[in-house]
Amino acid sequence: MPSELNKLTIAEASAKLHAREITAAQLTRDCLDRIAAAEPKLRAFITVCEKEALEQADAADARLAAGNAPALCGIPLGIKDIYATKGVRTTCASRILETFVPPFDATVIERLRADGAIFVGKTNMDEFAMGSSTENSAFGATTNPHDTSRVAGGSSGGSAAAVAAHECLGALGTDTGGSIREPASFCGVVGIKPTYSRVSRYGVIAFASSLDQVGPFTKSVRDAAILLRILAGKDPRDSTCSARPVPDYERALTGDVRRLRIGVPREYFVEGMQPEVEKSVRSALKNYESLGASSVEISLPHTGYAIAAYYLLATAEASANLARYDGIRYGLRVNAEDNIALYETTRAQGFGPEVKRRIMLGTFALSAGYYDAYYLKAQKVRTLIRNDFERAFEKCDLIVAPVVPTTAFKLGEKMNDPLTMYLSDIFTISVNLAGLPGMSMPCGHDSNNLPIGMQLIAPPFAEETILCAGDAFERTGAFKPRTPVV
Amino acid sequence: MPESKITLEQVRHVARLARLELSPADENRLRADMDEMLAYVDKLNELDTKNVAPTTQVGEAGTPMRDDEVTNEPAADAMLANAPSRERGYFKVPKIIE
Repeated sequence: MPSELNKLTIAEASAKLHAREITAAQLTRDCLDRIAAAEPKLRAFITVCEKEALEQADAADARLAAGNAPALCGIPLGIKDIYATKGVRTTCASRILETFVPPFDATVIERLRADGAIFVGKTNMDEFAMGSSTENSAFGATTNPHDTSRVAGGSSGGSAAAVAAHECLGALGTDTGGSIREPASFCGVVGIKPTYSRVSRYGVIAFASSLDQVGPFTKSVRDAAILLRILAGKDPRDSTCSARPVPDYERALTGDVRRLRIGVPREYFVEGMQPEVEKSVRSALKNYESLGASSVEISLPHTGYAIAAYYLLATAEASANLARYDGIRYGLRVNAEDNIALYETTRAQGFGPEVKRRIMLGTFALSAGYYDAYYLKAQKVRTLIRNDFERAFEKCDLIVAPVVPTTAFKLGEKMNDPLTMYLSDIFTISVNLAGLPGMSMPCGHDSNNLPIGMQLIAPPFAEETILCAGDAFERTGAFKPRTPVV
Repeated sequence: MPESKITLEQVRHVARLARLELSPADENRLRADMDEMLAYVDKLNELDTKNVAPTTQVGEAGTPMRDDEVTNEPAADAMLANAPSRERGYFKVPKIIE
């Protein structure tokens, strides 16, 4: 009979580790066994770090035995393969970085490591975080643990699937247009994108720098609060990172949502969305009302323009950020006649089709003669989208909405139609454009037993409002997530 | 057939700017994809943004200052460890000047 300690939440495991009821070595072994059993079906990991993880577990056990170990000591986590991890290959799911071994840790990795967290492996993703299904990975798609014929979502699909399938207790993702919240919704786990600038991005491979943000995947809202407290906060190595003090997010989990004013955006309940998604989110709203919260209809009138603005801004930023992959200092090099030809052939062979598509669109949007019509126009529309939220938050403290219009779609279903794929981010992208915090958490399932997520959105730096409301919903027990089939 | 937003010539020009070698099949596919996206983003022109200021950054205003102190050790070998080609402590590249 396996002990299945991997099924614990971070809060549960931490209590048992500190009470010396279990060891980090046992817990890590259970996660690694689960990985060995599930990976042939899921492909949630690009690299599994068995040896390193077991060494880290021994070190964590020594600290726990000595007493005064930090809360996260001995907790096995999955790390999206976009984070620089010292001595461990970091590919960004791209051929161009297939052999890249960073000589340094990202700031958030450094913080987790200092607390004694254990890294079981690097999780799969869409190449350079460009995608909504993890099908754009150069190393094969991750499947959904609730139905392996379906996608896990993306771009952080590996992290979401790994947490849902109990391959680790929590994981890190990144969210540029929905890349934490959409896969969290599809896989039935909690995923939070904090306020832009709340968490350092030093050592996180850049996609679109005015939008990218770091965040955790967990099995509970409380676990998200625990991880976020460690991740957030000032970093002298990231000038965009906020110096605001980091609250003890766990203390915000009071269960009290009385007098909370919940805004329900009419533009997020649209024709063509899966009726079960709307039904589940509306049912959660009823739960909140029974807890003493009130709901008010709000309008975010520029919602329909968000995807167009995003795909100009994000691709423009990406085209600049990805210029560094030139085959000179690291990564793939394909030799050619001269330097220019070397760049062109290296990049042609190193990047996958979606990355090329976005570099091309972004380069075009920034090119002479088109900048004003496309890039500048999109920046102006971004202002209108931000203003929508500012006005909405005059009437409410929190917005509750669906995360995605549907549950997880089939593998291959949207691969030949980029625009249709982009449209699955319709409810998540505005939050990135406005720099707001947003969380996805399970609130139901459809008739195929596929998870449905709801999205909680708050004003800048009001993560506590989101976490408190999310935790309060969990406590009602109104919805219990299904066990994955894998 | 609606008017094309982008020609093959333009696709080749953008690819040159982006340092991407494209096969003829790539060029045709990218022209079609970009055409579709550019037609889609045209909807932004429904909005009057004459008096709207562009958003360039959503973080907090200001640039934080810190002391300019060296915090790392020289580590040329570690930095060169990922180089596709190296020689005597340098990155090696094809000859640029005859």
